[in-house]
Amino acid sequence: MTGLPLPSKKKLGLVIDLDTCVGCHACAVACKEWNAGGIAGPLTDERPYGKDPSGVWFNRVHSYEIEALPAPGAQAASASACSSEESDLLAMLAQPAMTLHFPRSCLHCETPACVTVCPTGASYKRAEDGIVLVDEDKCIGCKLCSWACPYGAREYSAVEGVMKKCTLCVDRIYNEHIPEPSRQPACVQACPTRARHFGDLGDENSAVSKLVAERSGVALMPELGYAPVNRYLPPRPRRAGAVAMQPVASPTVAREEKLEQEQLPSLLRWLDRALSR
Amino acid sequence: MHPAFSVIFFTALSGAGYGAWFWAMIFFTGGDHPKLSSSAAYLVVLALGAAFVSIGLGSSVLHLGKPLRAWRAFSQWRTSWLSREGVLAIATFIPFAFCLGIAAGFLPIDGTSARLMAILLAIGSLATVLCTAMIYASLRTIPAWSHRLVPTVYLVFALHTGGLIFLGVFAGEFLFGNDIAGLAVLLTSMLAWRLKRRYWRDIDRAELPASRASALGLPADRVATVFERPHTEANYLTTEMGFVLARKHAAKLRLIAVVLFAIVPMLCALPLFFFPITDTRLLFGIAALSALLGTFVERWLFFAQARHVVMVYYQDAV
Repeated sequence: MTGLPLPSKKKLGLVIDLDTCVGCHACAVACKEWNAGGIAGPLTDERPYGKDPSGVWFNRVHSYEIEALPAPGAQAASASACSSEESDLLAMLAQPAMTLHFPRSCLHCETPACVTVCPTGASYKRAEDGIVLVDEDKCIGCKLCSWACPYGAREYSAVEGVMKKCTLCVDRIYNEHIPEPSRQPACVQACPTRARHFGDLGDENSAVSKLVAERSGVALMPELGYAPVNRYLPPRPRRAGAVAMQPVASPTVAREEKLEQEQLPSLLRWLDRALSR
Repeated sequence: MHPAFSVIFFTALSGAGYGAWFWAMIFFTGGDHPKLSSSAAYLVVLALGAAFVSIGLGSSVLHLGKPLRAWRAFSQWRTSWLSREGVLAIATFIPFAFCLGIAAGFLPIDGTSARLMAILLAIGSLATVLCTAMIYASLRTIPAWSHRLVPTVYLVFALHTGGLIFLGVFAGEFLFGNDIAGLAVLLTSMLAWRLKRRYWRDIDRAELPASRASALGLPADRVATVFERPHTEANYLTTEMGFVLARKHAAKLRLIAVVLFAIVPMLCALPLFFFPITDTRLLFGIAALSALLGTFVERWLFFAQARHVVMVYYQDAV
């Protein structure tokens, strides 16, 4: 059934610390390694040693540069001679430019559109712990769920003709054949900086819930209304120093979308040439 | 979004087929034609519509990763528009089978029961087109699809292309004059054009439903630009959701679409007002073919121009 179950008390999910993530991709690799053989396997790769390799991954680590944030009214403050405590306070609000590593995976939403759009019932949310899964034996590969997900959590396997997604390592976390400390998602176990935490976000007293409360963890794109369970801990404020007090030099330049002609099939390449004249 | 040819064929062709069925059945129940079996034109338009609908549905099934499991898609009609579309498409074949049987003379019923089947077929046709539109219109992640005009556009294009097919087949069988047929073509062409102009104007201004800062969980005043992508090659997300060809040529393709689906049919309709043409099949045939080609281009743009919110993770200029 693709109807959503009643909200479960238990809401298993991940808490990802963007302050300590160093962008090493160990989570992505460990996930690929475990899930290639787990219940979601195989995670097929196409042309892995060819010119244009591609494949299914449940974890993708993006890296961004974040522009420096000047203190509010920095110029005004320096122009008018204000007290030193005031300018110190303003300097605290300034932030230097920084790098942000951002691991992206399924957020196991409370009201996931990927589940309700599924025409076959292959996509479902578990009533007992809220994990969102795909029953690959029922999936017809219509891709509609991947269109409905704003987080890009689902990746289609063209080789198998079915949709794939993060299982929250459901075959590890309840697995009684492995030692108890290992009953965690592979990505959480692999993280060398302990930037990933797994637990019950439905329980206010769980370690992950306390961490979220303490560090003001956030949900991604909450305005879309899918109520993600996973939380991200924003980077802690940095000491900006004098550099960030200076006005930001480069306003974001609108970069043009690039079309890579060589990647298009021949018919579309011809169409592109014909229309470009 | 990647414009899969199979889905373009599916939405454009099945829309035209359902539109043709709708007009023929309305003409039959509302007009003075006493019997479905009284004219070969009914048989032709039912068969032609069936061909269009079947090719359309067939190509949509081939678009699936597992076509043999397509039957499973009838189960989740409570929540899924795709499932509803499948259920209605199959259900509509029931009144269609009756109407075809009556029109072909196999079923010796006509009159009230035939009218009932015709009405069911007309309603089923429009409802299926509406469900097709809702598959796309229900996706909040893609503002160009969840735009409020999308269901109306799908219905109007089905009625427009289907209407031209109906007129082409029924040429010479009219109980109304050429000028009324011409007027109908002018009206649906103008309506389709106007709706698309409005829609294109809106989606050009539309913003994605979430910003990068919101997607990364950062405060709204932090500006983040891509430093390194997660992968050096393309993946499913970048090929499926990050399609840019049509945006590059949007203006030209929109002009081509409008000329084909609105201007050519209108030019074909104009002579009807000035000359006493008896055989209008050629004019309506050209108009129908052109409108269908125009609908292919329009659908291609509908898919290819649509931007998916997940691209805020990948592209700086979205």
